[in-house]
Amino acid sequence: MRVSLLITCVVDVMAPEVAEASVRLLRAAGHEVTCDLAQTCCGQPAWNAGFAGDAAAVARTTLAVLEGELDAGAEAVVVPAGSCATMVRVFWPELFEVVGDHRAAARARRVGGRTRELSELLAADPGRLPPLRLHRPVPVALHQSCHMLRELRVVDQPAELAGAVEGVEVVPWEGADRCCGFGGTFSVALPEASVAMADEKLRALAEGAPEAELLVGCDTSCLLHLRTRAEATGRPVHVRHLAEVLAAGLPEGAT
Amino acid sequence: MRGDGRQPPAATLRQRTATAVADDRLRANVAAAVDRFATHRQERLAELDGPDDLRRAARAVKQQVVADLPDLLERFADRVLAAGGHVCWAATAGDARRYVVDVVDRAGAARVAKSKSMVSEEIDLNPALEAAGVEVVETDLGEWIVQLAHEAPSHIIAPALHRDRHQIKDLFVDAVAAPATLDTAPAALVAFARRRLRDVFLTADVGITGVNLAVADTGSLVLVTNEGNGRLVTALPRVHVALLGMERLAADWHQAELLLALLARSATGQRLSSYTNVVTGPRGAGEVDGPEELHVVIVDNGRSDLLGGEYHEMLDCIRCGACLNVCPVYRQTGGHAYGWVYPGPMGAVLTPLLAADRPGAAEVAGASTLCGACMDACPVQIPLQDMLLALRRADAERSPGGERALWRAWSTAWSDRWGYEATTRAATWAGWAAGLAGHLPVGRSWAAGRAVPRPAPRRFRDRWRAGR
Repeated sequence: MRVSLLITCVVDVMAPEVAEASVRLLRAAGHEVTCDLAQTCCGQPAWNAGFAGDAAAVARTTLAVLEGELDAGAEAVVVPAGSCATMVRVFWPELFEVVGDHRAAARARRVGGRTRELSELLAADPGRLPPLRLHRPVPVALHQSCHMLRELRVVDQPAELAGAVEGVEVVPWEGADRCCGFGGTFSVALPEASVAMADEKLRALAEGAPEAELLVGCDTSCLLHLRTRAEATGRPVHVRHLAEVLAAGLPEGAT
Repeated sequence: MRGDGRQPPAATLRQRTATAVADDRLRANVAAAVDRFATHRQERLAELDGPDDLRRAARAVKQQVVADLPDLLERFADRVLAAGGHVCWAATAGDARRYVVDVVDRAGAARVAKSKSMVSEEIDLNPALEAAGVEVVETDLGEWIVQLAHEAPSHIIAPALHRDRHQIKDLFVDAVAAPATLDTAPAALVAFARRRLRDVFLTADVGITGVNLAVADTGSLVLVTNEGNGRLVTALPRVHVALLGMERLAADWHQAELLLALLARSATGQRLSSYTNVVTGPRGAGEVDGPEELHVVIVDNGRSDLLGGEYHEMLDCIRCGACLNVCPVYRQTGGHAYGWVYPGPMGAVLTPLLAADRPGAAEVAGASTLCGACMDACPVQIPLQDMLLALRRADAERSPGGERALWRAWSTAWSDRWGYEATTRAATWAGWAAGLAGHLPVGRSWAAGRAVPRPAPRRFRDRWRAGR
C-alpha cells in the first residue's frame, strides 16, 4: 500500500538515520513510501506546555500536508515515533476542539484514524517483511515508551518484531515500561527530577539486563534523553531506534 | 505537642523537587513503599472478576453522586440531625476551623485526639487548635510521626512513608524521649507508639476524624483504618468531630459497598482494611460507647466551584493514593515537593484548584511527564492527565510575556514550511549550535545533568530530496 511518512522534527534533525531505516523497512515490506516535505512538526511540545494556540498553528500545517497525502492516495500515515503518533491520533482532535477549530478537529480525526506508529504498522502484517537476520547475535533491551503503552496501547509489537530478527535476543528487564523522565518541557522545567527518573531507569537496565548491548525503543526523544544522561554520568549506553535494528537485518540490496 | 514548626515550602517547584531528589534515602524509602502498594494493588485487583468493569461502575456511581450532590448532602445532613448529631456547613477552610475550635472550646477540652484526616491538613486545623491552647495529638502512627517531625504528610494514606524505621526510631528518641536502646524493628516501634498513644485515647476530651465515605441514606460515616485508632477516637472521647470533604458521599449502602471494595484494594492492596468503622449518630440510649456529641463538618473549601466545570471529575476522587503509587515523578520526589497537602498526580490537579491563592500553586500542574500511569491506576478513572493539560493551559495564559513570546516565535516559524526549513537548517550547520544551546536558559536546564546532543550534519529531508 502507499504510506506517507511523518518524519517528526526530532528524527529529521537529530536522528535522520531513523527515518531512513523506516523507509527501507516499509519498502522492503512492499509499501510505496511518500513524504511531503511541507510537513513541519506535530505541535506536541507547545501542547504539553499549555500553549494550545501555538501548538494548533503548527499542527494545522502538518495536518494539511497529511490530509493532502491521504487525498492523493496514501492509505496510511506512518510515524517512527510513538509520542508523535499519539499527538496526531489522540491529541490533535482535542487540541483543535480546545482552540475552537471544529473543522480542523474533524479533519484530524480522519487523519488520526489512518495514522500508525511504525512498529504497529509493520507488526500488523509481519509476513510482508523479508526474513531479517543480523550477522552476529546481539542481545537488546527494549525501552517501552509511555504514550505507546498507555495511549496507543501498542505494547507487544516492538518485542514481536525485534524477536523475529535472527540474531536479536530480547532481554527482558524490570523497569522496561517505566517513564524515562523526558516528558518534553518537563525535562527542562524540572531537570533534577527528570534526570533522577532517567538514572533509576538506567540503573534498572544495568542491573536487569547487563548483557544487553543496545537499548532499543520507538521514540527517539526518550532514547536521546537516556543516552545523553548516561553520557553525562560517564556510563554511556548505546541506543538504537527499533527501525535501525530491524533495517540492519534486511537482506543485502534491500532499499 | 509543640506548635506547628513546619518549614514553609521552598520558593519554587523546581527547588523543592531538586531538594527531594538529592536525598537518596528519601528516594529509596518512597520507591520501596510505593512499589509495595502498587504490587499489592495489582494482586488484589487481579482477584476480581472484571476489575475494569468495577472501575467503570465506580466511576458511574461517583458521577451520579456528584450530579446529585446538593440533594444527597441535604439528605445526609437530615439523617445526621435525626440521629442526634450536629451539622456544620463550612464554605471555607476558615469557617471549618472556627467551628471546630468553638466546639473544642465549649467542650472545655485540653486535649484532642485525632485520627488521620487529609481535610484537616487542607484546612490547617492543628495550628488553629494549638493557638487556642489545645494539645492536639495525631493517633495514626504515620501521622504522629510527621507531627513529631513537624512535617506535612508526604502521602495521603501513608503520611510518613518517606522515613525508614531507623529515622523513625531516632525521631522517637529526639522528640518523645524514647530510650536510645529502642529496637528499630517495626513491631517494637509500633509497641512504643501504642504505649504512648493509649493514654491519649483515654484522656482526650474531643476526637477529630476524617471521613472516608458518608452514606446519605442513613447519615452514616465510614472510617477506614488499619490501626484501629479511628475506632478509639470515635468511641472514647466525649465529643466526636468528623471532617467530611463535601464530595465524599454515597447515596446508599450499595454504592458504598462498591466504593469500599475498590478503596482498600487501590490504596494498600488489601481486600478490606483492618478496620472499617461505621458511625451513625452519637451514643444512643443503651449503647456502651460512642461520644455524647457528634459534629459533622461538611467542608466545601472550593469544591463547589468545580461542580459542572472542566474539573468536575476531580470530585470523583476517593483519596486512595493509587495515582501517587504509580507516578514516576512522585517516586523520585515524595510528597513534600508538591508544596501543599495533596501530592502526586491528584495533588498536581487539586493544588492549583483548591489552593489557587498559594504562591506557586499553578506550577504544580507541571510536575508530571504526562506518562498516563495515573489514569490507568485510578479506580474511578479520573482523566488526570487531561486535567493537568487543561491546568497548564490556564497557567500559560498567565505566564510571563517572555515565555509566551518564545512559543509564539516558534509557532510562527514552524507553521510554515520555509520557516521550519530555515531554523532546522541553521541548527544542522552549526557545529556551534550545541555550544550555543548550552548558553540559552532551556539549554542550560537541559545541560544540568545531560550531554547536549548534536544535530545530524544532514537532515532527513535533505537526504530524501537527494535520494529521489
